[in-house]
Amino acid sequence: MAAEPLVHGPLQAVDMLLRDVHVLDPRAELDARHDVRVRSGEIVEMGEPGRLSCDADEELFEGRGHRLFPAFFDPHVHLRTPGQEHKEDLESGTRAAAAGGYAGVLAMPNTDPVIDSAPLLRSLRDAAAREARIAVGFMPAITRGLQGEQLTEMAELRSEGAVGFTDDGKPVTSAGMLRKALQYQRLAGGVIALHEEDPTLSRGGSMHEGAVSAALGIGGIPTISESTMVARDAALAGYEGARVHFQHLSCVASVRAVAAAKAQGFAVSTEATPHHLLLTEEDVRTMDTRMKMNPPLATEGDRQALIEGLRDGTIDCVATDHAPHARDEKEVPFEQAPMGTTGLETAFAALYTGLVLPGVLSLELLVDRLTAGAALYELPTPRIGVGEPANLTLVDLDAEWVAGERGWESRSENCCFGGRKLRGKVLLTVCAGAVAFRERALTVVSG
Amino acid sequence: MSMNHLLSMNDLDRAAIERVVAQAERFAEVSDREIKKVPALRGRMVLNLFYEASTRTRSSFELAAKRLSADVVNFAASGSSVEKGESLKDTVLTLSAHKPDAIVLRTPWAGASELVSKWCPAAIVNAGDGKREHPTQALLDVYTLKSRLGELDGASIWIVGDVAHSRVARSNIVAFQRMGAKVTVAGPPTLIPRGIEALGCDVRFTLQDLPSADVVYALRMQNERMSETWVPSIREYAAWYQVNGRRLAPRQVLMHPGPVNRGVELSGEVVDSPQAVITAQVEAGVVVRMAVLYELLTGVRAASSAPEPQPSPAPPEPQPA
Repeated sequence: MAAEPLVHGPLQAVDMLLRDVHVLDPRAELDARHDVRVRSGEIVEMGEPGRLSCDADEELFEGRGHRLFPAFFDPHVHLRTPGQEHKEDLESGTRAAAAGGYAGVLAMPNTDPVIDSAPLLRSLRDAAAREARIAVGFMPAITRGLQGEQLTEMAELRSEGAVGFTDDGKPVTSAGMLRKALQYQRLAGGVIALHEEDPTLSRGGSMHEGAVSAALGIGGIPTISESTMVARDAALAGYEGARVHFQHLSCVASVRAVAAAKAQGFAVSTEATPHHLLLTEEDVRTMDTRMKMNPPLATEGDRQALIEGLRDGTIDCVATDHAPHARDEKEVPFEQAPMGTTGLETAFAALYTGLVLPGVLSLELLVDRLTAGAALYELPTPRIGVGEPANLTLVDLDAEWVAGERGWESRSENCCFGGRKLRGKVLLTVCAGAVAFRERALTVVSG
Repeated sequence: MSMNHLLSMNDLDRAAIERVVAQAERFAEVSDREIKKVPALRGRMVLNLFYEASTRTRSSFELAAKRLSADVVNFAASGSSVEKGESLKDTVLTLSAHKPDAIVLRTPWAGASELVSKWCPAAIVNAGDGKREHPTQALLDVYTLKSRLGELDGASIWIVGDVAHSRVARSNIVAFQRMGAKVTVAGPPTLIPRGIEALGCDVRFTLQDLPSADVVYALRMQNERMSETWVPSIREYAAWYQVNGRRLAPRQVLMHPGPVNRGVELSGEVVDSPQAVITAQVEAGVVVRMAVLYELLTGVRAASSAPEPQPSPAPPEPQPA
């Protein structure tokens, strides 16, 4: 019997009444004001706004028409545990996730040591069962030590709760090696997620290769570094009938390669990050190290292709690739800085401000893509409905805030949206009926 | 525009460039005196902070500061705390405790001088940041060319060689265009960065049209580029891109930032020809750097003792087509 894929710390489920919230769940075709009652971790009753009475043992949240979404799910975060706890740990990372409206995340294995063995996975899951504010799943490595040379014990890892496998941070450079992993997936199961990069093309690069890198004299990473590997691995997946997920797509050629693979019926899926959907190489011109990430921010044309891919479903979901780094690690010249931006606390607000408010994407579509990651990994999709587990996010769409103005829940502050004025603030995140995050301004009345 | 730092040629408009050049012309007279010194920066301290080996640029700055009567401290990163793992920021904060009025900074990292300008109150002079910029080189090249050609307006300047790895190329593309020249870059396709044309220059992969140039600016071809297989061999590079007596017309001015690889990017005959202004460039280096230090340390900034918060660098001005 395989272990449950998601683990969380001891959560205190609260019986609560969310009064007069505007429920928006595109999958349940819900878009109206309701009262929502939660008991013992489940949604037990929904009614006309203001019609449900608050019982004496319930906490009452006055929704005032704010939007209630199914809680977001992020299939791509770095919680930096074990070994890099000065950047983030399970507690701070899941606190940041909760503050961003997430009730579930998948943690990447490029830690120190790499998560590539069952004992290590077990100890991490034990730690998450003590510390995690929300549900965490772990993605152990495809190859031992991320070295690309020898498969991890994928079948044993799966029986110990591995959600899937990835060498994220690094590509599986050898096609032969990846092919073995895809074949072995028939035994082990689990989605194989791929960071796509050809190191012979990206070597020496710190940003997107183009006009800005040419002007700055900073080594460029060409988009073909990613897109040729997406095309290669889509072909491998098709040949082996394997299930693969392409991580953090960044350019038009990769979107086309995924679309072509999907058109052939290959079992591929993909994600895009808020930063690739909202920023471009122009944002790197000041050499702000918060804008240094892998894959790098590309051109406006690439950004538009990602938005279009998200809209038409070529891109299945949004993932933050939340990648915390300590201040002194990022406070160095651009070429020396590590790759990565934090993103959990700003994802919804940044995308709502940058894409929904200007009318580029509908709010329904954004909510769909912020929750779709779970199903891609064969995990239950958060839903709003009677009998569903209470994984909920309450958002004030009108609230304006400056990202980072009151500090961060994350241990790190390297957020590419830091200092930007955003609209849309998470007020409350409920994970399995427990309050994982509550904005101080949100009124709570004990019944 | 008043200058607080010299970080990038993008921060200098034509008027600012011309002001530095005019000041350098005044200082050129000092260099011809028997006593080559003026008291303009007496009691001021200039710190040379060099993270890369550089004899020529460093001594040029040192000489410039000394001719202005400033005190000079040289801090080389090798053999220092830097090798013990100290970060750039900690090194700068430590050295700032000595209260330098200016820091001349050479590093292998793009944008390092912008960072340092935020960490300490001294005026920062970018003496080369990775492959990005070398603005005093561009200023001394403008100075040299102006003394040869008068004005640069309408002049055709070809920059030939390893543009990809050249901070000199990047600063000069901007500076020459601001002064009204038309810039063409030429070199092997592997060493011309994709997107460079966005800076407003033309791109060529052969020297076929080199005769149209008024000025030929050859870049240094570094030997390690061969081991990194950017070009197949020095021999092939020289065959296609060497500026030699056959390719250089008598009316053309030849420039090079030094040090020259004779027989590689330049043939010996052109280096020694009267068209070459390579030693004039070196000479210009001192007076232009005097002008830069003078401008930075005696301008508006010096009047107020407290450092002002630095505005972010101005966006690049539109380039002439």
